[in-house]
Amino acid sequence: MAFLEIDHVTKHFPAPDGRGALCVFRDVAFAIEEGEFLTMIGHSGCGKSTLLNIIAGLERPSEGGVVLEGREVARPGMDRMVVFQNFSLMPWMTVVENVRLAVRAAHPDWSRRAVTAWVQRYVGMVGLTGAEDKRPAALSGGMRQRVGLARAFSTEPKVLLLDEPFAQIDALTRGVIQDELMRMWNATRNTVFMVTHDVDEAILLSDRIALMTSGPEARLAEIVEVKLARPRLRAELLDDPEYVRLRAHILRFLVEGARREPALAG
Amino acid sequence: MRRDRVRVLLISLLLGVLFVAGWQATTARQPKGKGLPGPVAVAATAWEMLRHPFYDNGPNDKGIGLQLGASLGRLAAGYVAASVVAVMLGVTFGLSPTLYRAVNPYIQVLKPVSPLAWMPLFLYALKDSGQSAILVIFMSSLWPTLANTAFGVASIKRDYLHVAAILQLSWWRRLVTVILPAAAPAIVAGLRISIGSAWVAIVAAEMLIGGTGIGYFVWNEWNNLALTSVIFAILAIGLIGVLLDAGLGRLSRRLAWSE
Repeated sequence: MAFLEIDHVTKHFPAPDGRGALCVFRDVAFAIEEGEFLTMIGHSGCGKSTLLNIIAGLERPSEGGVVLEGREVARPGMDRMVVFQNFSLMPWMTVVENVRLAVRAAHPDWSRRAVTAWVQRYVGMVGLTGAEDKRPAALSGGMRQRVGLARAFSTEPKVLLLDEPFAQIDALTRGVIQDELMRMWNATRNTVFMVTHDVDEAILLSDRIALMTSGPEARLAEIVEVKLARPRLRAELLDDPEYVRLRAHILRFLVEGARREPALAG
Repeated sequence: MRRDRVRVLLISLLLGVLFVAGWQATTARQPKGKGLPGPVAVAATAWEMLRHPFYDNGPNDKGIGLQLGASLGRLAAGYVAASVVAVMLGVTFGLSPTLYRAVNPYIQVLKPVSPLAWMPLFLYALKDSGQSAILVIFMSSLWPTLANTAFGVASIKRDYLHVAAILQLSWWRRLVTVILPAAAPAIVAGLRISIGSAWVAIVAAEMLIGGTGIGYFVWNEWNNLALTSVIFAILAIGLIGVLLDAGLGRLSRRLAWSE
């Protein structure tokens, strides 16, 4: 049995005019192995973030379900930590307090000292030592998402759910934080489900990439395997024929294959 | 910015001096004991009262400090009770929009009622004027905090609640670490309006119940035709109001956060 199974999930939303329902995506089914990094890529509106929220338990599927280690998950839980596109840090808490909130929740029986040491370790891991007592408003987007990553990794979840985690970070910082994510993932080998619309990011980070057609009524078109050895270095990848082939394949899909009839497009 | 502040301060002082001078000019020529008292007479009374703020010569003759203390005591009792109730109800309503919409018509009807209108009911039910006055304060400081808390909690970003849900925080920890801090700026804004309206209401309530308090003092001095005392009491009420507001202003700055 697969570690995390997305079992024929369909999602409807109430239509904007209040009559009937709008199908976001239909019958999406795939499985993620333990320790695997799977990325879902697709245009805006294909419902990939909705699917991530369903896996997180923050939204309910209209049909189908999500099974983690043989048990259906329907509610949010600490076994599936989310890294949000908009960071979702508590703005009234400092960096340390934001991470501590998660660590304390994961380990209610730990002593104050143990929690503090654990928090420091993860704050250091993302390079935020020295900014511990700053509030998110005083941090750049990149630094905020580092807090988001520290918060998620510090609880050692079974599955990490990354919801376009680098979309709101400027391009130069993005690469640095992607490398950091790669390093942390190499150390922990968490199971990761990420959604993005950045092809390079998907290839750099993933073991497999799931391609979604455009919504509404989006479908899972295919899952491609990324046969590139790790650790991957951005500079070397650019000339790798496999990278070039994969990149062209995905881009062609996004430009042509994902396109729907104009009448159907939302 | 600095120059601006100096300018504001100078204009402010100038207006104050002009007002006092005009007041003195209009009251100086009238015969003694007739018309409104002038600033000099008020200042003399103020000096007299501030020299012995806590004397107690029986029910009708107490120092201004004792009277203000009595009012502040009532304010504290009614305001704290109202704030606790308002925040609890506000959080409940904020988290349950359906419930809020169901009770909102009743709140809308009760909100515009002057807190003093409740006085006869409280007096009849409690048979105690002191407790009735506290309840009037309670009624006067309930609604702004309640409405602001409900609004603040209802507009908490879903993301924060999602994080709380993922971390599976107990309802108590969710309340203390997420909901209350997130809504704190709105709650404190409500508390600030509430303490203002409570301080306004207490003067009128004490005029009705008599006995002690700054409101009773104003009415008593009016009956004695001691207008200098009345004017001084008005100033004292205003100053205490400013201090109460400033205290909550500090609290609001401490709890403020920005995204």
